[in-house]
Amino acid sequence: MADAPQIPDEAETRARWGAFAWTPDNAKEAQRHIDKYPAGRQASAVMPLLDLAQRQVGAETDTQGWLPIPVIEYVAAQLDMPKMRVIEVVSFYTMYNMAPVGKFHIQVCGTTPCMLRGSDDVLAACYAKGMKKGATTPDGLFTLTEVECLGACANAPMVQINDDNYEDLTEASMASILDDLAAGRQPVIGSQIGRRTSEQVGGPSTLKDMKKENHDYRGEWA
Amino acid sequence: MLADKDRIFTNLYGFQPFGLDAARKRGDWDDTKALMARGQDAVIEDIKASGLRGRGGAGFPTGLKWSFMPKEPVKDRNGNPRPNFLVINADESEPGSCKDREIIRHDPHKLIEGALIAGFAMRARAAYIYIRGEYIFEAKVLQQAIDEAYAAGLIGKNASKSGYDFDVFMHRGAGAYICGEETAMLESLEGKKGQPRLKPPFPAGAGLYGCPTTVNNVESIAVVPTILRRGPAWFAGFGREKNQGTKLFQISGHVEKPCVVEEEMGIPFRDLIEKHCGGIRGGWDNLLAVIPGGSSVPLVPAHEIIDAPMDFDGLSALKSGLGTAAVIVMDKSTDIVRAISRLSYFYKHESCGQCTPCREGTGWMWRVMERLRTGDAEISEIDMLLQVTKQVEGHTICALGDAAAWPIQGLIRHFRPEIERRIEAHSGAMMEAAE
Repeated sequence: MADAPQIPDEAETRARWGAFAWTPDNAKEAQRHIDKYPAGRQASAVMPLLDLAQRQVGAETDTQGWLPIPVIEYVAAQLDMPKMRVIEVVSFYTMYNMAPVGKFHIQVCGTTPCMLRGSDDVLAACYAKGMKKGATTPDGLFTLTEVECLGACANAPMVQINDDNYEDLTEASMASILDDLAAGRQPVIGSQIGRRTSEQVGGPSTLKDMKKENHDYRGEWA
Repeated sequence: MLADKDRIFTNLYGFQPFGLDAARKRGDWDDTKALMARGQDAVIEDIKASGLRGRGGAGFPTGLKWSFMPKEPVKDRNGNPRPNFLVINADESEPGSCKDREIIRHDPHKLIEGALIAGFAMRARAAYIYIRGEYIFEAKVLQQAIDEAYAAGLIGKNASKSGYDFDVFMHRGAGAYICGEETAMLESLEGKKGQPRLKPPFPAGAGLYGCPTTVNNVESIAVVPTILRRGPAWFAGFGREKNQGTKLFQISGHVEKPCVVEEEMGIPFRDLIEKHCGGIRGGWDNLLAVIPGGSSVPLVPAHEIIDAPMDFDGLSALKSGLGTAAVIVMDKSTDIVRAISRLSYFYKHESCGQCTPCREGTGWMWRVMERLRTGDAEISEIDMLLQVTKQVEGHTICALGDAAAWPIQGLIRHFRPEIERRIEAHSGAMMEAAE
């Protein structure tokens, strides 16, 4: 599998991450997640804890983070789960990175609704900056992934970069977003053509009162 | 056109704040205690009478689903009572669907109030809202709204002063389409890979942690408080028999103005596009085909869909379905074989790998689809592909196998001449090159 993640050498990984432990804030956050589930069902917290761990690794490396084996084992120990069960979870869900990624994880949606509205152009803007699918640029800045539908189809085409969505893209607006990020500037999040959210471009066809005020329609109920 | 006063999701576009104060001014959490005081069975009867069918795709009657939940606590082997659970499916991942996102980020209190009322009606002690991992901003909003509701005493102990204790928890997914299947969602909630369970037992018998569980879509739950406030007859007054109510439509693809909009069930396709989407790009003559209910339903060619009613029965009469009402519009510039092939890739990517027909079949179907796209195939392979889709369909634990098969079957049903044209053009080009 050419597109399988290139998992780093285990000895190096253990040397770097063997002493992984929660920061005090994250320890509290981890406990908050565990408390959501009934006693004895702490395994339910494996997904939020892995996400938290990946974010902590990301914060320590100034990237979007990944899950080295010792970190996975740390989560398994906290939840009293067999390591293999946790590794299964990591490899099953796409949002857990099994190998390091860059400072910006460029996740271009390429599924049909975005494809129909020009996701090829969005990818072209990424290629033009030297990115390749499934790889990180040599400067460690960008990792490009073509992902499956991200659920913003009325604002297609779109890209998710780290925790933010950029929508209603063109090749030019995507290029400008990438330029901004590379220069350390924060691009405008959301629609790139001035839509507030998923209303029609140029203004909504319905619920126009809501634009002006927090309208209460109950007075008009028959 | 549906009047604004009859729209349930009045803050759909987020022009106003999502928070508790603003939501209350729009009518949410208005004397929830009184709605609950009607009694558990009365709430279920009202939802049955409203004609509400599940908004997650399958369209199963919501009230009936709730009535399957045990009224008296089921005992485990040691004689201890098992709690009932409500699980709310916010793992919106069906290509084309983007409605639950708008509910969660702009009207989360409708969902939380609905969770309390629905959970109360089915005698659940808690609701878990399973939100897809990629909805990071939406999850933040939802958690804030849940925290606000707890702080105001609307949920938690003695929720809304009703005397009923009810918790609402949010659980984030991590990027797996299959977790939108209800039993896969339960597996995932239990901290495992999201691989669907064999049914029976159905979740209402043995669901989350082996306890009686009902899984409902976000929209199905979020409309409940308004239905109860305005009465089931109001909701049932929209749409046709067995296809009642209002519905969030999500229109993407080749329309002038893609959008999410709440409309009456059964609105003709033409009206939906003309009134809300500014028409088809390039005019009605430029319409090629429509996928009316998200990627899992077969496409419908232009001439069949233009005047069709957009509801469950209207679209199943066209051998397609309403699904989540995610309408993907394709004009004549579309490479239709590529559009469907890209969906085949989606299903190959999202197959959980549990059942052989799906795990192997989705990859196989995608590879053949890619050859049909370029025409690098034999005419006989079209029928071979069709036969393989039939071997996948109905032979897997969950419906992902069916969902992977149907778009291809729809393509072959309606666009066989186009596929044949490509194959002939390709072989013609090969002959010329050889000469």
